[in-house]
Amino acid sequence: MGRNPVTWLGSPTFPDAARRSLGDTQLRGNLRKATTTIRGKRESAVAELDDWEQLRRAGEAVKDDVLANLDTYLERLEAAVSERGGVVHWARDAEEANRIVLDLVRQEDADEVVKVKSMATAEIGLNEALADGGVDAIETDLAEVIVQLGEDRPSHILVPAIHRNRAEIKEIFAQMPDPPDSDDPRALAEAARKYLRRKFLSAKVAISGANFGVADTGSIVVVESEGNGRMCLTLPETLITVMGVEKVLPRWQDLEVFLQLLPRSSTAERMNPYTSIWSGVTPGDGPQKFHLVLLDNGRTSTLADEVGRQALRCIRCSACLNVCPVYERTGGQAYGSVYPGPIGAILAPQLAGDLHDEQAASLPYASSLCGACYEVCPVRINIPEVLTHLRAEVVEAKGKRTPEAMAMSAAAWVFGSRRRYEAAQKAGSLTRLLARGGNLSSLPWPGSKWTDTRDAPVVPKESFRTWWRRNRG
Amino acid sequence: MGSARDEILGRIRAVERPESPPAPRDYDRVRHADDPVALLAERIADYRATVYRAAARELPYRIAERLDGRGTIAAPADVPGEWRVPGVSWLTDDPPLGVSDLEEADGVLSGCAVAIAETGTIVLDAGRAQGRRVLTLVPDYHLCVVHADQIVVSVPEAIERLDPAGPLTFISGPSATSDIELDRVEGVHGPRTLEVLLAA
Ligand code: SF4
Repeated sequence: MGRNPVTWLGSPTFPDAARRSLGDTQLRGNLRKATTTIRGKRESAVAELDDWEQLRRAGEAVKDDVLANLDTYLERLEAAVSERGGVVHWARDAEEANRIVLDLVRQEDADEVVKVKSMATAEIGLNEALADGGVDAIETDLAEVIVQLGEDRPSHILVPAIHRNRAEIKEIFAQMPDPPDSDDPRALAEAARKYLRRKFLSAKVAISGANFGVADTGSIVVVESEGNGRMCLTLPETLITVMGVEKVLPRWQDLEVFLQLLPRSSTAERMNPYTSIWSGVTPGDGPQKFHLVLLDNGRTSTLADEVGRQALRCIRCSACLNVCPVYERTGGQAYGSVYPGPIGAILAPQLAGDLHDEQAASLPYASSLCGACYEVCPVRINIPEVLTHLRAEVVEAKGKRTPEAMAMSAAAWVFGSRRRYEAAQKAGSLTRLLARGGNLSSLPWPGSKWTDTRDAPVVPKESFRTWWRRNRG
Repeated sequence: MGSARDEILGRIRAVERPESPPAPRDYDRVRHADDPVALLAERIADYRATVYRAAARELPYRIAERLDGRGTIAAPADVPGEWRVPGVSWLTDDPPLGVSDLEEADGVLSGCAVAIAETGTIVLDAGRAQGRRVLTLVPDYHLCVVHADQIVVSVPEAIERLDPAGPLTFISGPSATSDIELDRVEGVHGPRTLEVLLAA
């Protein structure tokens, strides 16, 4: 078994990466603007529903039921999909999943596939594996096109190119056969439409992820905005869907909860523009060959951790990223994984499953434990609890507290407050603090009193949250 | 191939997991609206789709009004005869139209299965007057007729009405993206213009 590609090979540890991105003022400007907008919108989308808290509790409970009976529901899903003409495959890890998909693509004699954005396929590095096998994977989600053409890494779950502004995107799109003539988002979207149209119409094979898979009906659900999902799910003859095992839902009725929680939490809309739901193969309508690849890749070992397993409830809405003060300042790429932000800090190291890996072990420190992520999470994942738990595990794995971990804890505390952050920047001490193995005892500004505290710096939680609410955006 | 399956299921079964109680369903399954048709119209319009209302009797006239001058319009084979108004040339999906035919079409006319007032969503289930998914995807203009009895207020009511067997498409406004600076822009790959005709 190879290395789990959920974290990017050769990525610096979080403190090192954070130090670099802090120097990038363009990046921070783009991020602050985008997250500020979406935070406000999410709040009003959520406030519209009087029963939001009940929906969150239902979402949490359904997902806990999934985890408690995962084997039963997966077998049920497999039976339902097979009965309706789909073929189900199982993959223990990234390598196995990639091999299965490559073989399926080769069976169709295709050297190009169209893809609709999927965290699972990004997690396993499918595009790279296909490229090694001589198959071109064309991303079709606008943000993924930006990342792919820019030879870049994603920095957000929902909006992988959130770190790019319109001017930068126009430059990246200049390499299209029909480049945009202005940096108006409309012109940029139009350029992408033209660029991808031909690809959709000629592709024989499409690859997708899945937001949900319903065990009792075999229904697979893809939630999207642009219509590139519908194109991929409708036009090609063959459809291959890669789905993490934890995405299964017990029953059809459960969709009534998640189709309310997800759009309002992610794009902050009452409903996203398009949701496609299909079950196996429909004769005469859409792909006539359907393959479902069920992916483990660290999920079952995450399930085994009593505290950490709640991360598997995640529906990838990205609300926790948008409210996170650390994410807003460092950007997504600093986390060195397709899963950035608070969810990345607890999910990536668990999926990677190796706390001796310096980079993975640094991720649970990428937080100020302010709790904003827990408050917005539609499935009530107690991210601060898991972070604290994982920090303890890191300490145990290493047998000692590394200077780096201590530096990160302190830095996270600084990230958590605009006042502390600005003061630290002014003093030029932030970069020193983040320097590998920085010596905390020599900190020059009045915050040095926490240097002798325990693992997580003591933050007056309630007053901090109040502060953050008042001062953000 | 059996071994990956057995190993994954085995790993799951090796984990001691607590019993989980049934999920609480004390959220609103049904929601009240004084005027569901008006609510639907308002919510669809919020997505920058255009909504027109028609008394049931005048529906053909309203359809003709919308399609006037649009040229070639694709339609599923089973749209009601009175919807096939004169003044446009009809492209019927029988025998099945090719993608290139649909590329050339100036628009598509369809009905729907369910509409959700609260979220401004229309749902197609490939049933009567809706046809194959590709029909309402490739043309750049989509005119969708919604009847009053197809309207529900909440998402749970819609899920209960829908048959999971058919391929379903939930449509909330025209195709859009928020990928550039998280700003919503209408019109990427799906139909860039969505018009909804509420026959109520
Ligand atoms: S952890 Fe919660 S808030 Fe964050 S992406 Fe997952 S579901 Fe959304």
